[in-house]
Amino acid sequence: MSEHQQTLIEFMRQQADKLAVQTLQHIGLTFISLFIAVLIGLPLGILIARKKQLSGSVLGVAGILQTIPSIALLGFMIPILGIGPKPAIVALLLYALLPIIRNTYTGITGVDASVKEAATAMGMNNWQILFKVELPLAMPVILAGIRTATVINVGVATLASYIAAGGLGEFIFGGISLNNTNMILAGAIPAALLAVIFDFLLSRVQKLNFKKIKAGTYAMPVLLVVLSSLYFIPNAYGGKLTAGFTPEFMGRQDGNLGLESKYGLKIHTIVISDAVMYKAAYEKQLDVISGYSTDGRLKAYGLVVLDDDKGIFPPYYAAPIIREDALRKFPELEKTLNLLSGKINDSVMTDLNYRTDYLHQSPERVAKDFLTQHNLWKPARGQSNAGIVRVGSKIFGEQYILANMYSMLIKGYTNYDVSTKTGLGGTKICFDALTNDQIDFYPEYTGTGLLAILQASPETINKVTQNKDSTYNYVQQEFKNRYQIKWLKPIGFNNAYALMMREQQAKSLNIKTISNLKRYLNSK
Amino acid sequence: MIKVDKVSKQFNKVKAVDAISFEVQEQENLILLGTSGCGKTTTLKMINRLIEPTSGNIFINGKNVTSQQPENLRREIGYVLQNNGLFPHYTVAENIAIVPQLLKWDKKKTEKRTAELMEKLHLGADYLNAYPNELSGGQQQRIGLARALVSDPPVLLMDEPFGALDNVTRANIHKEFKALDELTRKTIIMVTHDVQEAFELGNRICLMDKGKIVQSGTPADLLFNPANEFVESFLKDQRLHLEFKAIKITDLWDLLPDKQKQSNGNSLSADIDLWTALENFRYAKSETLTISKSENEIKTIDFEQLMSAFNRYKNKQGA
Repeated sequence: MSEHQQTLIEFMRQQADKLAVQTLQHIGLTFISLFIAVLIGLPLGILIARKKQLSGSVLGVAGILQTIPSIALLGFMIPILGIGPKPAIVALLLYALLPIIRNTYTGITGVDASVKEAATAMGMNNWQILFKVELPLAMPVILAGIRTATVINVGVATLASYIAAGGLGEFIFGGISLNNTNMILAGAIPAALLAVIFDFLLSRVQKLNFKKIKAGTYAMPVLLVVLSSLYFIPNAYGGKLTAGFTPEFMGRQDGNLGLESKYGLKIHTIVISDAVMYKAAYEKQLDVISGYSTDGRLKAYGLVVLDDDKGIFPPYYAAPIIREDALRKFPELEKTLNLLSGKINDSVMTDLNYRTDYLHQSPERVAKDFLTQHNLWKPARGQSNAGIVRVGSKIFGEQYILANMYSMLIKGYTNYDVSTKTGLGGTKICFDALTNDQIDFYPEYTGTGLLAILQASPETINKVTQNKDSTYNYVQQEFKNRYQIKWLKPIGFNNAYALMMREQQAKSLNIKTISNLKRYLNSK
Repeated sequence: MIKVDKVSKQFNKVKAVDAISFEVQEQENLILLGTSGCGKTTTLKMINRLIEPTSGNIFINGKNVTSQQPENLRREIGYVLQNNGLFPHYTVAENIAIVPQLLKWDKKKTEKRTAELMEKLHLGADYLNAYPNELSGGQQQRIGLARALVSDPPVLLMDEPFGALDNVTRANIHKEFKALDELTRKTIIMVTHDVQEAFELGNRICLMDKGKIVQSGTPADLLFNPANEFVESFLKDQRLHLEFKAIKITDLWDLLPDKQKQSNGNSLSADIDLWTALENFRYAKSETLTISKSENEIKTIDFEQLMSAFNRYKNKQGA
């Protein structure tokens, strides 16, 4: 409580090294992809300006690529290109293609027909017309396209951290998961500045008069190559085993920080999103990952949890947390939500997660099957005059299943109507939505409450993480005092952080605990 | 010099040009006249292969144009467009130097030739470093002409060259055009929809309609021996003006009284057209004009004598 609140400047100063590396990586990623996109997009634009019958299909395909959600596109890349910079660059370049192709096409077809006719009539051949007439006259429009592509790329490059390509996204997404505003801003402000600066510089290039553009055209590729090479400066890949940790895990005491301080574990680490982490481990892109012990993909991808023999991962018992005023507003709610309490243990939860994550059953179906099996399911009463309960969930399968179960229970046992706001990206977003009266409750984990929301001091953490009840009691008390938010009864399972490896590799290297892993890494 | 032989051009199902044939003599100025859509521009563009004919042949100096590399063919043919087609990102000097560059002239030669043309076209040397958008429409058109003339090609194709200019500017540029020595030694094919312009600048006119040549001949032929009603109605609106332009004093020579007074000043050449003679009455502020056909043949006439000769000439044509 009495801890000094760190300012943004302090944070940035303290993390200056990381910030510099991430910024360089960010610029590098942006411009490598931009450079390749220009190399591909410019000739394509010229081609479709010449052969107009191709323009529809080429622009169509580029347009479709543009509409694929960036995170999905990154996901598609992993089976083909693995993780790291390669898939990130390809994804970024696909996004940059459309504005470049379209503006090249528009620029060239927009050149005054009489100027082109004059050029032809004077005896210029096609190449001379292209380089002396069409490209110089289309240059301002083409540059506008490159400018758009640059700004898009600076933005999308933040997502590259999801697949271990680095960049300022590491801070942004780490900060969102850790409820650390300074960390978010330390990533977001430089990213925004980069976009503004590049946009401004390119707007200046665009406004140069026709003469100077000639020099500018030669300078552009050189500049692009220089900026692209920035990515490789901080790169230091290598090591025996490669670990992939989520941005959240990287910054947590019960995560990488604890691994380093308590176990002295030093492993070559890259930052990656949990959406793709399991698959990357399965595909041998990664050897060690930070997962959740009830994750269904554990079972799906043949991974084993390493024993936490020094106890750095506190218990993460799940329970719905609800604002006290919502409890007053919906008096029947607490009783209804507690119906689920004690019903789901670790292995049940892992199985339910397996069904959604791997068998791709809908969370709704999984929830209904479970409730029916346990004689909890009742058809919806269909009366909706007693108010609407807003259910939130974070953006992973387990939370979707729980949110579905809760909404079915509420509909079956009370007269309240339900609206679900699922897929809130991260603890901070979910918790802010709760405190700001955007949702009424969502399932939270005791460990997350302790570390990410309360940000308890190391002494407190040591004291209350001895067993699951002391953790629960502590967060329950603190949430009540600080936020007027009530922790209902735990659901039963413990979704703790865990280190995982492929079962086969763990066996062959004889690694069962985190201490084993450390010993293996230290042996030469 | 130029021979167009049964040339047709079909765009999809539309016959834009329908088996037309004509010849242009060396140093002749042939006008392709007609309303928009009559096929005159298409015809012109087939000569330098901006458009390839569907059938028929075009010969320049006996050589079939299709037997030559189009780029090489075009470098030998000057081309002037209605919207001048100057490169907006090139200065005046660079615009004029485009063809010399393609022909790999050395810099000195290009500069000298450019300076020469700028002077002939009454453009100051300080315009050389200006960009086209800094010039007036008339100046732009002159630069367009200079660009077409710079390599002194024997043939000049002009597509509505003065179409975008206002009347005053156009009248001035017509005068310069006729006075320019560079142009008198060229074979010129010019497209226009402007009857007056055709009569003013053309030695011969091909009047076109719906892809065919309706009549071809001198301005006077068209006026006084129209092939059909179309020709007649096409010229009807400005008939009197055209007649004044089409008839030269030499045409009227025998009809003029054989009187000779002492001339009060210089005599005019009988090569001028009637319009110019009439203008001279207005500006000279004298009752009579002295006109000489050759050294021995000099006539002094007044306005009424001229008019009566004109009327008698017309009656003779009509008969």
